[in-house]
Amino acid sequence: MEHIVIIGNGISGVTAARHIRKLSDKTITIVSAETDYFFSRTALMYVYMGHMKFEHTQPYENWFWEKNRIDLKKGYVKTIETKSKTLHFADGDTLQYDKLIIATGSKPNKFGWPGQDLDGVMGMYHKQDLDNLEKHAPSNDVCKHAVIVGGGLIGIELAEMLNSRSIPVTFLVREDSFWNGVLPSGESEMINRHIKKHHIDLRLSTNLREIKADENGKVKSVIIEETGEEIPCNVVGLTAGVSPNIDFLKGSDIEVGRGVKVNRFLETNIKDVYAIGDCAEQREAIGNRRPIEAVWYTGRMMGETLAQTICGNRIEYKPGHWFNSAKFMDIEYQTYGWVFSERNKQDYEQHFHWKHKDDTKCITVAYHKDTNKFLGINTFGIRMRHEVFDRWLTEERDVDYVMKNLQEANFDPEFYSHYEAEILSAYNNTLQTT
Amino acid sequence: MSLAKPDALGITTKQKVALAVGIVGLFILTLALFNTNFPNEGLSLTAALGLIAIGVIMYSREAYLTKLEGIKNDGQWFKSVSSRGFWGWVLGVILTTFYVVLYFYPKYLGLGQGVDGSNNGLIALFDPLSQLLSGRNASQWFVYGTLYTVAILAFGYKFILKYRHNRYQQIRTVSVMFFQLGFAFLIPEFMYVMNNDLPYYDLKSVWPLNYYLFDEWSVNAFLSNGTIGLALIIFGILSIFVITPILTYKFGKRWYCSWVCGCGGLAETAGDSFRHLSSKKLSAWKLERWLIHTVLVFAVVMTVAMVSTYLGYDKNDFWLTKKIFILLSGIFLTMVYILVMIFKRNSFPRKTIISASICFGVVIAFFTTMYFVDISQIRINAKYFSFGLNENTYSLNGALRTFYGFGIGSIFSGVIGTGFYPILGSRAWCRFGCPMAAILGFQQRLFSKFRITTNGGQCISCGNCSNSCEMGIDVRHYAQKGENIVRSSCVGCGICSAVCPRGVLKLENDSMKGRINPTEILLGNDVDLMELVNQK
Repeated sequence: MEHIVIIGNGISGVTAARHIRKLSDKTITIVSAETDYFFSRTALMYVYMGHMKFEHTQPYENWFWEKNRIDLKKGYVKTIETKSKTLHFADGDTLQYDKLIIATGSKPNKFGWPGQDLDGVMGMYHKQDLDNLEKHAPSNDVCKHAVIVGGGLIGIELAEMLNSRSIPVTFLVREDSFWNGVLPSGESEMINRHIKKHHIDLRLSTNLREIKADENGKVKSVIIEETGEEIPCNVVGLTAGVSPNIDFLKGSDIEVGRGVKVNRFLETNIKDVYAIGDCAEQREAIGNRRPIEAVWYTGRMMGETLAQTICGNRIEYKPGHWFNSAKFMDIEYQTYGWVFSERNKQDYEQHFHWKHKDDTKCITVAYHKDTNKFLGINTFGIRMRHEVFDRWLTEERDVDYVMKNLQEANFDPEFYSHYEAEILSAYNNTLQTT
Repeated sequence: MSLAKPDALGITTKQKVALAVGIVGLFILTLALFNTNFPNEGLSLTAALGLIAIGVIMYSREAYLTKLEGIKNDGQWFKSVSSRGFWGWVLGVILTTFYVVLYFYPKYLGLGQGVDGSNNGLIALFDPLSQLLSGRNASQWFVYGTLYTVAILAFGYKFILKYRHNRYQQIRTVSVMFFQLGFAFLIPEFMYVMNNDLPYYDLKSVWPLNYYLFDEWSVNAFLSNGTIGLALIIFGILSIFVITPILTYKFGKRWYCSWVCGCGGLAETAGDSFRHLSSKKLSAWKLERWLIHTVLVFAVVMTVAMVSTYLGYDKNDFWLTKKIFILLSGIFLTMVYILVMIFKRNSFPRKTIISASICFGVVIAFFTTMYFVDISQIRINAKYFSFGLNENTYSLNGALRTFYGFGIGSIFSGVIGTGFYPILGSRAWCRFGCPMAAILGFQQRLFSKFRITTNGGQCISCGNCSNSCEMGIDVRHYAQKGENIVRSSCVGCGICSAVCPRGVLKLENDSMKGRINPTEILLGNDVDLMELVNQK
């Protein structure tokens, strides 16, 4: 029986394994150096916050793998010999494959800051990062102050985590407003205010110069680039983005750029070797998407697609309309279609922005200024139906239609206040004035 | 777990004061329990209950109003009381002991232990309130009802603050507070004042949860009270056969379980801190299905045995005789069974059909036996079934009724159901035992507009939904497949939807069509692939 080996037990690799099992009887082995069983990476924060225990982040019970004949191997792959189709592990073990799927995900970025490898400096990505945080910041007695470097999704989650244990946080953000490379300014500024309401010391347009150690090699403080200010702290979180976790491929025949280079069929340059998820880099970007998409959903979708190819139905990776979501402390965020920040948007992209007076809800609708075609929507504090926006995007509705029918897309719980009327009248007013 | 208890999760000074206030209230009740003579019982009772309520209110305000609106579950798996730690077990033992004494040894609470059979101890402390409401002395059930109501009101307030950003939660909680205070507590007392021959009847408590409604003494008492009594018993029958199916069809079983029911009310309010303790394992779900349906079969057989026995008395000249009653019951259940097999056969796996058929067969076998044999002539000694607590000899129908009252009504719903809150989670009774929940769940699974809709492909499998499901449903199992949740056990509390960080879940009533939507490839991926795989 053909042996499929998957390196990485995250959402991409596990989705591929599950679908291959549904479609075939092939032998499947998942290799991971991180944990024994698949867990939801996005849920690590809730373990530190005490909402859940680590075992609750595991979507399948432990018997699931044996029952579905998916072998799990714990080990760190050191090198891949593609000619003999052999994996060599750090402990000297080897494993033969017929087809190999690389799904090793990401690792936190480090930009060569002095002191970036000190004790007490960590990312927030792997299970080991969580263990490390638990060790260095179990309480606000042990960790009197923490500094987070990098204003993205993981940064704000780390801030929320530390906040849950009343550990004071200074949050260094390079941009002049939170995540404004992605979010339009109205939204980004609302999130700035929300972060501050949680008593987090948000420092915009601020860079890290270096991390200083005490006599034991532990973090003592950070120095701010712009002002030279020294901020004493016990923990530094590096959350300035992630990049593909593919160091172990250097020296192999598999072609890599920033990630593992793949074509639209998720095939690498070597036959029978595939890459999916965060670590895969499309040779050519698909539509408005980036060549590397480090998102839960795209990892899952690549896993679903590749399983078809492996099982004989060779099929292109064709993601549908872009969607994503996140939560910024107490404010939920969803996006459907494309809404770009002022920094990244094209000339034709026009925005309508509405914000509720309580400063926790807003939406931004993007449309083509000449054709009025609806391009996408960002919503904060209001839940929307994925299915409805997916349909409207496929039907290429214009922005007027979307604004008038917004209620159809509402997904808030029953009895919640509705804002569609207010949004529509704001929209009509804007049209009259412009 | 190697986690050191995070100090930051300790409580504030104000919360310590609030705890102290509440404990003083409880201490007054404890003193009463040990027969302390208070100069003014009315005042002492007011002080005790008032202090407990004020303690809870102060504590909650400090816990929630000092923070921004949002999900407030920080540290629930660290705190000893809410994570099966030391204090969780202590609380479990205290609650369990209280229930055992309440059900089996009420004299230790002071029932009838005073001069000339009046009360003393804890129950005497409640006499003034009982006198005020209905002009009689308190019973252990009045004490229990009062404490129960205070708990739902005080912790209901806490729950409303905790979810002050969520109107579904707030309205639902006001509803359970209203039904407990009005229907379970006040109205029965007033009914007694108006007509003291009527048995206690909590109008919202429907058979088979209210398993004593059709007891001989109860039916006789209703029937000897003219029109009002007759109206009440007809309402009791309509409740289960007409009102319940209609409301469940329109809204799902949540209309009852998390909006009206008293057991549910306590679980949702006082039990909220323990909701995440329910087991989500597949094995627990299997146990649940066997256990709850066994209790339902037991409830049906017991009720029919009991009613048919007193209909079978020689002096009964009513048209509804024993044999007609058993026949009607049998025909009704057979019709339900046949209709389900004809119309809904394909919506269940084979195993479920077999299990349902076994349950049906057992019930019909009992009915047949009762039809031909006078079971009241079969004698049974109860000591073998009650751990020696009860040494009386009963006829079979009486034994069924007695053992049901003891095993299910007292031990399962009370001692285990509530006493084990800090161990098994807040809905152990509702999930594993309640026959009413089984009937409503059957209706919900087969014939209801209610479902929890999953929002396309937005799930990140984080597990917050499953973790907070008090009924032990692995909500994530469905959400991560993009599949709607249609489960007989779902009580529609809506917490899974509230805690979801990505806005994936929505409770709603919509058309029956497409309610259950299994998918293989989720929304967001290649449209052709989705069609190819999902519609095979």
